[in-house]
Amino acid sequence: MILIWIILIPFIGGLLSWQGERFSAELSRWIALASMALVFVLAMSLWFEGAYTLQTAAAQQGQWQLEYNFPWISRLGVSFHLALDGLSLIMVILTGLIGVVAVACSWKEIKNHAGFFYLNLLWSMSGVLGVFLAIDLFLFFVFWEIMLVPTYFLIALWGHRSADGKRDRFYAANKFFIFTQIGGLILLISILALVFINYQHTGQLSFAYDTLRATPLTFTTEYLLMLGFFIAFAIKLPVFPLHSWLPDAHAQAPTGGSVDLAGLLLKTAAYGLLRFSLPFFPHASAAFAPIAMSLGLVGIIYGAMMAFVQTDIKRLVAYTSVSHMGFVLIGVFSFTTFALQGVIVQMVAHGISAAALFIICGIVYERLHTRDLREMGGLWGRIAYLPSISLFFAAASLGLPGLGNFVGEFLILLGAFRVAPWLTAFATGGLILASVYSLWMMQKAFYGPAKSEEGLTPLNPRELIILLSLMLILLVIGVYPQPLLNTSAATVKLLQNFLLSVTQ
Amino acid sequence: MTLTSSHFISLLPLLLTAATPVLIMLLIAFKRHHGLSVALSLTGLFLALISLCWVADQTPRSITSLLIVDNLSWFYSGLILLCALTSVGLTHSYIKGFLGNKEEIYILLTIASTGALVMVSSQHMATLFLGLEILSVPLYGMVAYTFRSSHSLEGAFKYLLLSATASAFLLFGMALLYAELGTLSFSGISGALSAEAFGKSPILMAGAAMMLAGLGFKLSLAPFHLWTPDVYQGAPAPVGGFLATVSKVAVFAVLMRFLAETPVGAQERITDIFSVIAALSILVGNLLALQQANLKRLLAYSSIAHFGYLLVAVVASNSLSNEAINLYLIIYTLSTLGTFGVVTLVSSPFNGQDTDHVSDFQGLFWKRPYLAIVFTIMILSLAGIPLTAGFIGKFFIMSAGVTSHLWWLLAALVIGSAIGIYYYLRVIVTLYMNTPIKQSMRYKGFSFNGVILILLTATVLFIGIYPQPMLDLLQAAGLGIQ
Repeated sequence: MILIWIILIPFIGGLLSWQGERFSAELSRWIALASMALVFVLAMSLWFEGAYTLQTAAAQQGQWQLEYNFPWISRLGVSFHLALDGLSLIMVILTGLIGVVAVACSWKEIKNHAGFFYLNLLWSMSGVLGVFLAIDLFLFFVFWEIMLVPTYFLIALWGHRSADGKRDRFYAANKFFIFTQIGGLILLISILALVFINYQHTGQLSFAYDTLRATPLTFTTEYLLMLGFFIAFAIKLPVFPLHSWLPDAHAQAPTGGSVDLAGLLLKTAAYGLLRFSLPFFPHASAAFAPIAMSLGLVGIIYGAMMAFVQTDIKRLVAYTSVSHMGFVLIGVFSFTTFALQGVIVQMVAHGISAAALFIICGIVYERLHTRDLREMGGLWGRIAYLPSISLFFAAASLGLPGLGNFVGEFLILLGAFRVAPWLTAFATGGLILASVYSLWMMQKAFYGPAKSEEGLTPLNPRELIILLSLMLILLVIGVYPQPLLNTSAATVKLLQNFLLSVTQ
Repeated sequence: MTLTSSHFISLLPLLLTAATPVLIMLLIAFKRHHGLSVALSLTGLFLALISLCWVADQTPRSITSLLIVDNLSWFYSGLILLCALTSVGLTHSYIKGFLGNKEEIYILLTIASTGALVMVSSQHMATLFLGLEILSVPLYGMVAYTFRSSHSLEGAFKYLLLSATASAFLLFGMALLYAELGTLSFSGISGALSAEAFGKSPILMAGAAMMLAGLGFKLSLAPFHLWTPDVYQGAPAPVGGFLATVSKVAVFAVLMRFLAETPVGAQERITDIFSVIAALSILVGNLLALQQANLKRLLAYSSIAHFGYLLVAVVASNSLSNEAINLYLIIYTLSTLGTFGVVTLVSSPFNGQDTDHVSDFQGLFWKRPYLAIVFTIMILSLAGIPLTAGFIGKFFIMSAGVTSHLWWLLAALVIGSAIGIYYYLRVIVTLYMNTPIKQSMRYKGFSFNGVILILLTATVLFIGIYPQPMLDLLQAAGLGIQ
């Protein structure tokens, strides 16, 4: 039952928040914050109570620690099946955290129709939680689509105007939606094809995870279906060359929307690859791995190089996301335990660091009313605390040891080295590029001659608390990632065992 | 055959619907009163709908060789009567502002409904044509009803001329079939010749193709779609809704029966023609809708695309496709009535011109939030977003396509849907855009039509979230998986 509550709480919270605006905008904000905080608390309580370590999972027969199953459309073999294991739990906790942060950082930014904004934000979170918990493929697809529509509204209605007035927020929102929708439809066709092949073999229509995983497939069919799933997830991740929606979407989205997008929506794609793509199509994934890893490498380098020519700070951070997700792609297709663990740590760490960077961009934008790096410079003396916090997150982004991103990237590179040494060597070069763009961003924004000497509004307590908490969490993950690794160990081990047994 | 009372009971919905316009005419002759005419039409249609329950219990039977009352006919009769009832409700508040005689539109509407009911029960070329004409001729009048608007007259003329041409094609096709086979009833045609012999005869294939051209016009399938946007734009909004739902549903139902019962449906070349028409309709409908700023034209193009999607299931013709088609028609009807209903409500009462430009809807959410929410959900359903009925419909169509391995058609469907999203979302976003809220503009009224629309929306959401009852209903109606 708790699983369905985790999904329903943001949904109901969004409705209450919208109606709460009738009384006051403050009320709607508090309701939204309370809903996401509740989700976070529930997820953390599940973590503390539950037993997710490798030993207990091995003792248990099933893969899932918590399940909720309800027959939904029996005519099609669809059931409302939610399930939780270590990986989903980590992602749900991340969602709760990023949700609280997203609500909190939009406190003062959203002045028009705040209640409706929080409705969209929270409903998008509901969709994301559903994606992380759904095991039935029809349900997964439904939640995948549900994530999109509220995010579209977030970007289109509360987005920024663009500098040249041409590619404005509607352009960005439309591009985001159309790209993702095409991916979604390709995913749907692949799911349907898989279901019907299963139907031909067993005579039973079913969308259930275990049934579909066991479907016998010829290699060609498996490859085509794997490609279908991959394209859909590649658009979301995003993988070069399907990434062009991301910079536009981030540049025009409001801060809360960007935090949601970078922190969570991108991770759903990586989760989809781990949860569905690899287990369903192991042979095809193994055959496709070289291509996927090369695309990951291209993404790392391309994202990094595009990042340093950006003049818009949010587009810069968006391209860094493309670059970091390249590491994730390499990690996923390496199939080794280290790499898969690294992917999970990287998802969490990048979610937090990217969210923080976008919040910083939002803070700067509120004060300077520009995202243009050429207008910034010498901000070090003008705002208290912000520049040093930005330096912290820039260091995280470049993979400084001691912070979460380093752990993730290091584990991925370690795991990938055994499988593809040359590729990993080049990918490690990507770390150097990461340093270049992170420090360049710091240089352009905070160092150098100041454009003017007047002080800017200092960070208010709310902003400070958000950023300090994110700093603390990132530091903890960087210094002591073991609890995180323990939680996901069971999932990764099971996945890896399955992949090895099948590909041998 | 002797017509017994049981035959008449089976025909009760048709008879009641046919009696309604006569009674309205008499009522107008005695006392011209808008409200009474509406009440009479609603009563007649409602009684016809209720009588369907009796009819449904009877076994399927032919009434002479012209009409047949079976699962298909009573299910679609129900759907048509529901659409007609909704149209009457919408027309009522709309036509209040019309300077002229208001009551005659109900006569035309009910006669058209009768024609539609004849079509869904027909098993003979004669009743097909008869029903088609009884449906179409009042529609010319309905489209031209607000004749002082040049768009309306232009639309009606275009519809009249092109519809007459299409009917001519249909008749010629029927004549060719008759010339070769000597019989006009569907069962006679299927008994006269085997499927291969049918396919080998050039006269028969030409006849079948001409019939399909005629019927394709009515269904506004590409390349017979050119009349659609102009007529939909010109027609008064509730008439547009009636046109988009009742006339198309009736023609499609009879087409389904024709394809199922005669050897035409089994011809591979006919299926190929359908594939081409389907792909063309999907692409034409979606691509041309991109440019539209007029909402009624946009909905016209979107309905072309939707019938393209529907044809994908017709091409698939496997065990799943029947269910997919029936489900999709219901869902399409709900969504279309919803969208045209919103346009009607925003334009009510009629004041010389419909409010149909997209910019007229800007910021609707802040003025009339419930209407905007209804509109959003209906458009999301047309776009096929999950949690709305449109997704379930599209899902079934895709399932039918996948089962028959129609990969190219599915690719066209995906591309069409993606293009569709663009213009649908553009409309939705316009509803929510910021305009300063003048409190006086907030509509505080409670209208009966609003309740109808909210019921439609609730149904769309219900089918989208929990479609099992609707699927069970179709199964019970014998229209599920064969």
